Amino acid sequence: MNHTPRSLGLRLVFLVLPLLVALFVSAVILLLLNQEPGEVLRQAWRGAFGNERRIASVLNYWIPLSFAAMGLVITFRAGLWNIGIEGQMIMGAVFATYIPLYVPLPPILTISLSLVLAATGGAIWAVLVGVLRNRFGVHEIFGGVALNAIAAGISLYLVRGPWALVGNNNQTPVFPRETWLPTISDRFGVSQLMLILLVIAVLSIIFLMGRSRWGLQLKATGRNRQSALLLGVSVRSVSLSAFILCGALAGIGGAHRVLHTYHYLLPNVAGGIGFLGLLVVMLSGFHAAIVPLVAYFMAALSAGSTRFQTLLRLDPSLIDVLQGILVLTYVLFSGIQDRFFPRIREGNEEMKKEITTNE
Amino acid sequence: MRSQKWFYILMCMMLVAAGAPAVIAQDEYVFGMVLVGPADDRGWSQSHFEGGQYVEANMSNARMLVFESLNPADAPETTLADVVELFVEEGAQIIFTTSDAFEEDTVAVAEQHPDIIFVNISGDDVLTGEAPENVGNFMTQGEWPRAIAGCAAALSTNTGKLGYIGPLINSETRRLAASTYLGAKHCWEHERGNDAADLTFEVTWIGFWFAIPGVTLDPTEEANSFFDRGFDVVMSGIDTTEAIVVAGQRAAEGETVFSMAYTSLQGCDQAPDTCIGIPYYNWGVAYLDHVSRAAAGEWEQDWDWIGPDFDDPTNIDTSVTWFQRGDGLSEEVSMQLDAFIEEMKAFAADEMNADGIFLWQGPLNLQDGTVLAAEGENVSLNDIWYLSQLVEGMIGVSE
Repeated sequence: MNHTPRSLGLRLVFLVLPLLVALFVSAVILLLLNQEPGEVLRQAWRGAFGNERRIASVLNYWIPLSFAAMGLVITFRAGLWNIGIEGQMIMGAVFATYIPLYVPLPPILTISLSLVLAATGGAIWAVLVGVLRNRFGVHEIFGGVALNAIAAGISLYLVRGPWALVGNNNQTPVFPRETWLPTISDRFGVSQLMLILLVIAVLSIIFLMGRSRWGLQLKATGRNRQSALLLGVSVRSVSLSAFILCGALAGIGGAHRVLHTYHYLLPNVAGGIGFLGLLVVMLSGFHAAIVPLVAYFMAALSAGSTRFQTLLRLDPSLIDVLQGILVLTYVLFSGIQDRFFPRIREGNEEMKKEITTNE
Repeated sequence: MRSQKWFYILMCMMLVAAGAPAVIAQDEYVFGMVLVGPADDRGWSQSHFEGGQYVEANMSNARMLVFESLNPADAPETTLADVVELFVEEGAQIIFTTSDAFEEDTVAVAEQHPDIIFVNISGDDVLTGEAPENVGNFMTQGEWPRAIAGCAAALSTNTGKLGYIGPLINSETRRLAASTYLGAKHCWEHERGNDAADLTFEVTWIGFWFAIPGVTLDPTEEANSFFDRGFDVVMSGIDTTEAIVVAGQRAAEGETVFSMAYTSLQGCDQAPDTCIGIPYYNWGVAYLDHVSRAAAGEWEQDWDWIGPDFDDPTNIDTSVTWFQRGDGLSEEVSMQLDAFIEEMKAFAADEMNADGIFLWQGPLNLQDGTVLAAEGENVSLNDIWYLSQLVEGMIGVSE
């Protein structure tokens, strides 16, 4: 796709301007709360990047968020709203819990099998959404919401029933220490294995979506299912494969929560990370390569905000407000862009041409 | 070139700002408070927050750091280790983790910070020998005011049906619910002269200390369900005040119903006219003790289950827990309650009962009929602490 300097400039404006507007609105809100915006920014920065432990903390939130968001890029590309991502993360966490708790194996086998099981658990839960859609015509949003509730119910049943810690029916026992994911160092408690897996996942998805026939079929399915069918794309299979991959990635993200973040299973283990992943993908403009960056920004914002309430006595919910403002301004500017500068967005015609050429 | 220079200057300033250590006044003593819910929940977390404020008010160089709502639903990005890291960096030397939800993590984090004192409230790792040396536990004996609350409920009810909204199920929540029942049963029989069989005491467990959509039952719905089924007193055993609000709404529609708050002295504020009281915690006394000993270098690991100051139970400087009467309590009931409280105090004053709690005497059976104490025996403190089931006569699941 060719860009004139003017269109490139406009794209840059529409990337930066919403951020500036969001910052401005946030600053006004903070001033109304008698807070110094500069101090809030400084604390957020220190919270996210102040030392290696804080950077590790951001990365530990970023990893599951990125797994979920990268999975969602795939389903969004196929035109699917995989709201069930949260349930897929929960099932990944549930599946990853069994072996550390009940099957004594060498640590390397425990971790490997747990991750495979987590991917399987997430994929199974996602396939159910796909099957409900393909076979029974249940829209993936409704199927996803229902399956999220069921996944939460299953994890609750397990942590309060057969897997409960004696004396505390709100979690499972802590996993044996040797089954915890190894970390880069004590001070930098980030799992190198999960980082490597994430990098592989990101590169693979970028490659598959941008360079493979499957990626084009995915795009065609997402843009216009009828046209894709006419072009010979097996829309149902492609949709199902998108769900499977997304679910598997979400499941691995869920595994990170139990194998590394908590070291036990507890209710609400996904903590809304799947839903945040939806925002991340939207803010990224559905571009796979940008997703990890936006996910990192959101993770840093959340981790940085840990200091707000403790040091500035700001209400903890303020960070949700600030994130909401950010999303709102991006959506607003996206609308303005569509309405007044349609040529700077990727044209449908161009993509159709691309698909036809590749077919 | 010029812009590059400014860029580098800006980057340096940001890095310096990020790496700047916290400024701690030389004589300041910093303590941390980790709350599982919001500091203004009018319940459990607020009572702890106020306990910390009490320390600040009574120890001139004390400064509190607070982290609210540390749970996967409200703060999925933050773990106890992250919060402790922040507290330690800001100079905290003793950290209170104020929920059994933090019990396991407190031990793990304490091992990473052997120079910091950790006190987990309501846990028992010291008792079981699982805690490292820098971890302590304490809990107040809320069973005493709970019995008063149960008595007040039994004296107030017109239908003989008392509902209790409990959190998750563990030995702590079972023994608090059971104490409430024992107080209710005692007053139902001895003050009102009724048959215990005519008293209904039902417990509904919502699944956590406060409502989490999709995870717990909704306490508002549970309170309404109790009232719909003819219960006229609903008692809160959770951290928040839905039962009090619902009772207020029902009374506004003309129903004669009552509620019982829990934990915080502000518990009745949302609907005071229907609220008959609050078995409350006054953590400040215990917190001040721990922070003072830590500051003086005299802190030692212990597990402490602290009872009220029976000589002056409402004294906020000496008594860690008691019962506050609400506006919904009639004068007549209040007078009957006085008699009950005197009976309780007499029990506590008897040296023979030093290791017992009022009304925890035989004959007393567990829900499945297992004998907890034979006629004339006190149930041991250990058996009360680790109560394995609800007691006979209560309706509700024990596990």
